[in-house]
Amino acid sequence: MKTRSNLERVLESGQFAVTGELGPPRSADAEVIRKKAKILKGHVDAFNITDGQTAVVRMASWAAAIIGKEEGLEPIVQMTCRDRNRIALQMDVLGIAALGINNMLCLTGDHQKFGNHPAARGVYDLDSIQLVRMVKDMRDEKKFQCGDEMTVEPRLFIGAAENPFADPFEFRVTRLAKKVEAGADFIQTQIIYNVDKFAEWMKGVRDRGLHERVKILAGVAPIKSMGAARYMKTKVPGMDVPDSVIERLQGVTKEQVSREGIKLCVDIINQVRQIEGVAGIHLMAIEWEEVVPEIVEAAGLLPRPKLAP
Amino acid sequence: MLAVQVKAEAEILPLISSKRLFILECLGCRDVHYPVEKAAEFMDSLKEEIVGKATLDYLCHREFVHEYVKAYAGEIEKAQVVLVFSCGVGAQVVSSLLEDRIVYTCCDTLYLNGFQGLTAKEFNCDQCGECYLNYTGGLCPVALCSKNLLNGPCGGSQAGKCEVDPDMPCVWQQIFDRLAKLGQLHTLERLGTPKNWNVSPASSAPEKRLA
Repeated sequence: MKTRSNLERVLESGQFAVTGELGPPRSADAEVIRKKAKILKGHVDAFNITDGQTAVVRMASWAAAIIGKEEGLEPIVQMTCRDRNRIALQMDVLGIAALGINNMLCLTGDHQKFGNHPAARGVYDLDSIQLVRMVKDMRDEKKFQCGDEMTVEPRLFIGAAENPFADPFEFRVTRLAKKVEAGADFIQTQIIYNVDKFAEWMKGVRDRGLHERVKILAGVAPIKSMGAARYMKTKVPGMDVPDSVIERLQGVTKEQVSREGIKLCVDIINQVRQIEGVAGIHLMAIEWEEVVPEIVEAAGLLPRPKLAP
Repeated sequence: MLAVQVKAEAEILPLISSKRLFILECLGCRDVHYPVEKAAEFMDSLKEEIVGKATLDYLCHREFVHEYVKAYAGEIEKAQVVLVFSCGVGAQVVSSLLEDRIVYTCCDTLYLNGFQGLTAKEFNCDQCGECYLNYTGGLCPVALCSKNLLNGPCGGSQAGKCEVDPDMPCVWQQIFDRLAKLGQLHTLERLGTPKNWNVSPASSAPEKRLA
């Protein structure tokens, strides 16, 4: 084991992993985190704490992670390059490791233009791939990005994201390969609604043997309303929502859309599970955490494994 | 041309090893800052076959350069690599005119206080001091990617557009297309390492940047 991460243990044991997601509040209210953490507890192996998702100011990922950890959950701290240069990134890496956090997801970050402070200066000193390599060098070589050595290394299980649905499609496997080469231990994908396209991408991943070098968690999310479905289809860059998904939700009454969205999510979990090389799912029920237990149970993924460190 | 310095041989030689070369050298801004002797030394030291060379003023002037590359079409046709000694704008102009040729620049462009050169508005050079065009088919992600990605395109590239502004092309899609056309897609496998931003205008005195 590279780390003391529960997620690493589950993945290494060969069991199908489940990660969740928790968005910190746009306030200093710790109770929001505690409430969400209580819902997720026992239903996921680890949970991501987003880092200023959509570039909106929220409680710091590491701080919310500590609160979640106090509730007995295993956090994955997300860290973006949007707001920090390499100095700040490395300081935060040391800090989260010292606080007993075992997982980190390396992201470039949503552009500040989309958030509530569009006039902010974006940093982007590094990109996500360079961040992965920097954290790996800190952990495995005990070296800072400048080459200086450290005494106690941050033992973090290193994650990265990948979007199989962005353009150019032919490049998407290459980009994954670069993240693997940089040192990613696990990958969480963009939310999958187009399972055929995801399967095609996974074939490219297997053709290069990447599934044997990195654990791939397929991103899934329940759809709450027709409005949400249409928004994702037309407004979110890099999202692929096929017409068949819209039609399926249109086939039920308005009151039943969220139920159908949950069923669709379970169906997609069952489909991606059959694809060779998929090591788990990343379930993103953002601001709808209460449906996570139901989805995980309906997908036959309970109880979650309890493995001793 | 803007203020430039010649890149280290170690960065260029692996790219051009045993390739037939055509050299384009710009002297347009030599009075501002162009290491004429250093460039000549570099050219003389090359072991590769040089099938032709043209020296001209203002590689940034696209129409003018267009006529030039037409005049030298026969020699350029014989070359496997077109090697440019110019600023980032000149290198981008040449790449845009020779889309089916591999074009490499031997220079890094540096910001010089008060000097913006005479540049074509279609091409942008941030004068970042660490020219990346040799890995991107002559299109600049430092100046044109909204997140300055050196390992793009990111997950927000869709239908050739940047997620940040749908009226803005995704430069990494353009880079992908150009490299595909050149049969150089393997270039995108390379891990772009962290950039040295310390050569930016606010980080050092001009005389040190140009040393």
